[in-house]
Amino acid sequence: MNEFLHVLTDNWDVIGSHFLATIELFLIAGVCSLVLGTLLTAMRVSPVPALRGFGTGYVLLLRNCPLTLVFALLVFAVPKLDVNLDYFPSACVALTAYTSAFVCEALRSGINTVPVGQAEAARALGMTFTQVLGNVVLPQAFRTVVPPMISVFNAMLKNTTIAAGFSVAEAGAIQAYLSERGENQIYVLLWVTIGFLILVAPLVVTQRMLERRWGVAR
Amino acid sequence: MRITRIVAMTAAVATLSLGLAACGKEGTPTPETPAGSGAAPQAASDACTSSGTSFAPASGVAIAGSPTFEKIKSAGKVVIGVKFDQPNLGYKDASGKRCGFDIEIAQLIASKLGVDPAKIEYKEIASANRETAIKGGEVDYYVGTYSITEKRKADVSFAGPYFVAAQDLLVRKDDTSITGSSSLQGKKVCSATGSTPIQRVRDQKLTDAGNIVEFKTYSECVSQLIDKKVDAVTTDDAILKGYAAQNQSLLKVVGSPFTDPATGRPYPEKYGIGLAHDDKALRDFVNAALEKAEQDGTWQKIYDGTLGKSGSAATAPALEKY
Repeated sequence: MNEFLHVLTDNWDVIGSHFLATIELFLIAGVCSLVLGTLLTAMRVSPVPALRGFGTGYVLLLRNCPLTLVFALLVFAVPKLDVNLDYFPSACVALTAYTSAFVCEALRSGINTVPVGQAEAARALGMTFTQVLGNVVLPQAFRTVVPPMISVFNAMLKNTTIAAGFSVAEAGAIQAYLSERGENQIYVLLWVTIGFLILVAPLVVTQRMLERRWGVAR
Repeated sequence: MRITRIVAMTAAVATLSLGLAACGKEGTPTPETPAGSGAAPQAASDACTSSGTSFAPASGVAIAGSPTFEKIKSAGKVVIGVKFDQPNLGYKDASGKRCGFDIEIAQLIASKLGVDPAKIEYKEIASANRETAIKGGEVDYYVGTYSITEKRKADVSFAGPYFVAAQDLLVRKDDTSITGSSSLQGKKVCSATGSTPIQRVRDQKLTDAGNIVEFKTYSECVSQLIDKKVDAVTTDDAILKGYAAQNQSLLKVVGSPFTDPATGRPYPEKYGIGLAHDDKALRDFVNAALEKAEQDGTWQKIYDGTLGKSGSAATAPALEKY
């Protein structure tokens, strides 16, 4: 037990800073993918065929592309085009590009739960597309998709560990560091697990809170 | 109303992300695409070439009191643990051919044991599993950048060293600004995630923490070096020389070993041949074979035909028999 605790206290410099990077990555990519995902949803239900096509194509491509491949494209292929993006921003872009496709799909399933009559009524009142979507449809859609949306972000939190393979010193890299320091690997991985459980807790709390406040009585 | 405003406000941010994302999505160049102006030409072919040393099996070999040798003799083949991802050191090319300095040292020992090169069975063993593989008899001996350390000597025994490596730097051929560990300030330095060489760079503050780049494998670091995303790759010079030899027109090894600030001495990594712990008869035999190869020029011929192609010279180290 003592040895187990020492793995944490002796290596707090590595464990703390790496988890901090995980949190940064999660927050930045989380906000960006929520925004981009919402925008993609808007495109997919918009009256402009070109936007609908783009949205569909984007989701089709990114949702079916392994995340590691998205990272590899950004880190190894894009530099060949003389485009230089640093590793941390690359990781944010890769996670955002990938997760937003899932956000889009979750949100679209929410839109499908809003009766068509509501949008028709809103249009009949003379509302524009943006107004219909922003004031009538999306607020209701968001309320219904809280559980799947939190699952998407929960998955993204764990997906951040892929960035460790692409030169972002986050939680996924802790094991490599501490194995070089000769620490017991089981203890190290247990601490990483505990770290992720702590990070997931706020997501669970958020989900409960939102479900309580936003629950739609139908 | 509020949501509309938030959507409108964040639209700008999202557009930016979308632009970036589109970059990532559409930027799917095929590797053959000629890169833009000033970009490096593609790395040289990775096909294996040997030093041309012939390893004819010796006849009438007998090693009294060596269980490993008895096993090799009765099986009519030898099982050697090797690496496969280190060009010109321990490498397997696309066609399945193996080559490199460590591979030829392994073949040399096999020939002295009287084993025909065609009867060698190679086993790829990851670094973390080497002691287990030797102890369990999974391999007869191991040749693959295996550093001799006191801790490992408790589990296995070592013949050699047949090479002494030091931490060095691999840079682009046209880069004259990096001359050693003291000229790394402001440069991006890459190595394997969490490895000792990169921790030395970090601990001795040879460059800013933000300039330290870590990938799982050295070949990823080398790819980033060629694409100018990093300025140097650091690890044992033997590994770096292998990459320099593979990309002769693009890369070079600086040739200035890192030194311990406390003692002023380099950090030597003595590569040995890993053998079963209690097989002293075989260890003595392998040491004698290495000694002979060092004296009759075979060692030098192997080196020049493999790692030596990087342009960096080396001489055989003194053996440490025990």
